[in-house]
Amino acid sequence: MNPSSSTTAEGVLPAHDAPDAHHDHHHPSYLVDGTTIKSWLLTVDHKRIALMFLVWILLFFLVGGIFAMLIRIELLTPGPTIMDAMTYNRMFTLHGMVMIFLFMIPAIPAVFGNFMLPLMLGAKDVAFPRLNLASFYIYLFGAGLALWGMINGGLDTGWTFYTPYSTHTTTTVAPVLFGAFIIGFSSIATGLNFIVTVHTMRAPGITWFKLPLFVWAIYATSCIQVLATPVIGLLLAIVTGEQFFQFGLFDPARGGDPVLFQHLFWFYSHPAVYIMVLPSFGVMSEVVATYSRKNVFGYRAVAYSSLGIAFVGFFVWGHHMFVSGQSTFDAGVFGVLTMLVGIFTAIKVFNWVGTVYKGAVDFKTPFAYFCGFLFFTVFGGMTGIAVATTSLDVHWHDTYFVVAHFHFIMVGATVMAFLASLHYWFPKMFGKTYHEGWGLVAAAFIILGFNATFIPQFLLGNYGMPRRYFEYPERYQALHVASTAGSSLLAFGFIIIAVYLTYSLAYGKASGKNPWRSKGYEWISESPPPTHNFVGPQPTFPEEPHLYVDPKKAEVPNAV
Amino acid sequence: MQSSAHTAGATPGVPRLAHHFASLEVQNHAARLGMWLFLSTEILLFAGLFVCYGCYRYLFPDAFAAASRHLDLTLGTVNTVVLITSSLTAALAVHYAKEGKSKLVAWMFILTIAMACAFLVIKGFEYSHKFHEGALPGRHYRMEAVQLPGAPLYFSIYFLATGLHAFHVIVGMSVLVWLTIKALREQNFGPNNYTAVELGSMYWHLVDLVWIFLFPLLYLI
Repeated sequence: MNPSSSTTAEGVLPAHDAPDAHHDHHHPSYLVDGTTIKSWLLTVDHKRIALMFLVWILLFFLVGGIFAMLIRIELLTPGPTIMDAMTYNRMFTLHGMVMIFLFMIPAIPAVFGNFMLPLMLGAKDVAFPRLNLASFYIYLFGAGLALWGMINGGLDTGWTFYTPYSTHTTTTVAPVLFGAFIIGFSSIATGLNFIVTVHTMRAPGITWFKLPLFVWAIYATSCIQVLATPVIGLLLAIVTGEQFFQFGLFDPARGGDPVLFQHLFWFYSHPAVYIMVLPSFGVMSEVVATYSRKNVFGYRAVAYSSLGIAFVGFFVWGHHMFVSGQSTFDAGVFGVLTMLVGIFTAIKVFNWVGTVYKGAVDFKTPFAYFCGFLFFTVFGGMTGIAVATTSLDVHWHDTYFVVAHFHFIMVGATVMAFLASLHYWFPKMFGKTYHEGWGLVAAAFIILGFNATFIPQFLLGNYGMPRRYFEYPERYQALHVASTAGSSLLAFGFIIIAVYLTYSLAYGKASGKNPWRSKGYEWISESPPPTHNFVGPQPTFPEEPHLYVDPKKAEVPNAV
Repeated sequence: MQSSAHTAGATPGVPRLAHHFASLEVQNHAARLGMWLFLSTEILLFAGLFVCYGCYRYLFPDAFAAASRHLDLTLGTVNTVVLITSSLTAALAVHYAKEGKSKLVAWMFILTIAMACAFLVIKGFEYSHKFHEGALPGRHYRMEAVQLPGAPLYFSIYFLATGLHAFHVIVGMSVLVWLTIKALREQNFGPNNYTAVELGSMYWHLVDLVWIFLFPLLYLI
C-alpha cells in the first residue's frame, strides 16, 4: 500500500498525534466485549489469553517468592532456623522449579508477547488462536500436576533433577517431571504460533527490517523454544520412565551414564536461559527508544544479535559440566563459545547506551527499570564471562557465586524487564494510569533490594560457601544476614507495586491512547484495544517503528 | 489445525477464511509453516533417543550388536515395507484431493489406516515374543541368550524408541480417521482446499521417516 496516500484509515502513523478517539460502542475494548466467565475461559482473543496468563504467572511468582523468603529466613543463622534439612531441600527445589518453569520461561513471551505481537504486526490475532488458548490450558494443567506433586510429597532433587539421585530418591519426582514435560508443550505451541505469526501476518508495509525490536527478540526466543524444548521433553519422559521401569539409561549401576543426562538436560536448559532473557532485551529496546525519544541506535545490529544469541546459545551447554570429567580441550571450546554470547550481549548494551546518548530522557518508571536492567545485565554478563573461564569456574563451581551470577542475569534481567513491561504497557492493556511517584519508589526498593540480596552472595561464593547447603560455618553468617535483609527490601518493593497497580486498575485515571507519545506500532490502536485490535481497515505502517524527530536537532534522523 | 477449518456455509471446494487472515493463500501458508515447525520438533524429540543410542552403542558395541541379532529381521523388514507403502497411499490421497476426488481420498486413507493397523499388529507380535524371551528393559532384563553388560540398555532404548514411534502411529491413525470421515461427509476437497489432507499426510510421512531411521539402527547394524 502506498504510505503517502492521504487516506485517514485508522492506523496510518499520523494517527499517533490525533486526539484520543472515544470508544465507539460498536467496537468495545477487549476487556468489556463479553463479560461472562465463559467468554473469558473460551476466548480465542490473544489479549484475553495474555491476561489469563498474567494472572496465573503472577500467582506462581508469588508462590516462588514466598519459597525464596522462607529459604532466606532459614539461612539467617548457621544451624536450623525455621525448618529441617529435608524441608529446606524441598523448599529450594520448589523455588527453582516454580520460578523457572512457571514464571520466568513463560513470563514475557506468554503475557506481553501474546498481547503485543499481533498489535505490533498490525494483525487481528496470532496465526492459530485456538492453539494459543490450548497452550494456556496445557500450561495450567502441567502447572497443576507439578504443584500437586509438590504438595503430595514434594521433591528434593533441585530443579535440575540430576540423575542418578532423581531416579532413586523416594520423594515424588514423577508428577513434577511429568508436569514440566507438559509445560514444555505449552512453550512449544506458543513459540510455533509466534514464528508463524511473524512470518505470515505482518501488515502491508512491515518488512522484516521494520519489525519492532521486541518482535525480533520474541522471534529469536520462539526459535529456541521450538528447537530446544522437545529434547528436554524426551529427557523428562525418560527420567519418569526410569522411576517406574528402571530403564537404567542414566543409572551407572546398570551401565547407564548420568553425564549423558547432564548433556541432554543442559542442551535445553542453557538455551532456556535465553528464552528468559531475550524477550527482556526486546522489551528494553522498546522502553529505551520511547523514553529517550530516539530511534534505537544500530537497529539491525540489535536485531541480528538476538538471532546470534539464539544460535550460539545451542553450543554452550558444556560450560555447566566443566567439572564432570570433560576433557580440557572440550572445556576450552565450550568456554570460548560461551564468551561469544557476551559479545552479542555487548552489542545490545552499547546500542542501548548509544540510544540514550543525547536523547531527551523522560525518567519514568519503566526507564528506571531499564537502568537497573543495564546494571544487572552488564554485571551478570561479566560474571558470566568469569564463570565461563574454566580455571575460575573450578573454584566457583556449585558455590553461591554461581547462584548470584544466574540470579543477576536471569532473574535480574527478567524481573526488571517484566516490571518494565508491566508499567510500560499497563496503559495499553488496561487504559489506566498508575501513580508515577510510587512507581519510582518501588523501583528503587526493587533495584537496591536486588543488589543487596545478591552482591553478598557473590562474596559468599568466593569465600567457598556451597550452594544448596542447609547449614554453614559461622564465618559466613554476616553475609547471609545481609542477603536476607536485601531480600526483605525486594519483597517490600513487590508489595508496593501490587498495592498501587491494583489500586490503579480500579481507580486509575484514563490513560488515553498513547500516554508516552511513543512511536511504537502497538500504540496505534486504542488503549485498551478493541477485540480485533483495529477499527476499520487493516492499518499500514509506512515508517520504521520508533522514528522520532531528534528533539535537539528538530530533524528526522536517518533511520538505521 | 485452525486454518483448515470447517467449510460449512462456504462455497463448495473452498475452505472458510478465518477472520484474522488476509487471504486464503496466507492462511494455507501459515498452516503449512506451522506444520513444518511442528514436524521439526517431532524430529528433535526422536533425536534425543538417537543420541542415547549413539552413546551407548559407542560404550557397549558388542552387546548392542549381539542384542540387535535377536530382533526378528523378517518381521522388521515386512513392517518397513508396510509402512513405506502406507506413505505412498497417503501421498496419493493428497494427489486425489488436489483433483477433487474426495472418494478416492477416503479410500487411500482407509488403505493407509489398514496398513498402520497391520504395522501395529506385527509390532505387537514382536513385543510379545520379546516379553516371552525375557528381553525386557533395564532392571527387568532376564534374557539368557545375551548376557553382556549393556544389553539391558539396548532393550531400554528399543522399547522406548519403538514405543514412542508406536504412539505416533496411533496419533497419526486418529488424524487419518478424522480426515477420512471429513472426505466422506463433506466431499469438497479440491485444488483450493486440500491443506488438511496435505498436513495429515505430512504427519504420516514423519511417522514413516522416523521408522526408516529406527529400522537400520535397531535391526540392521
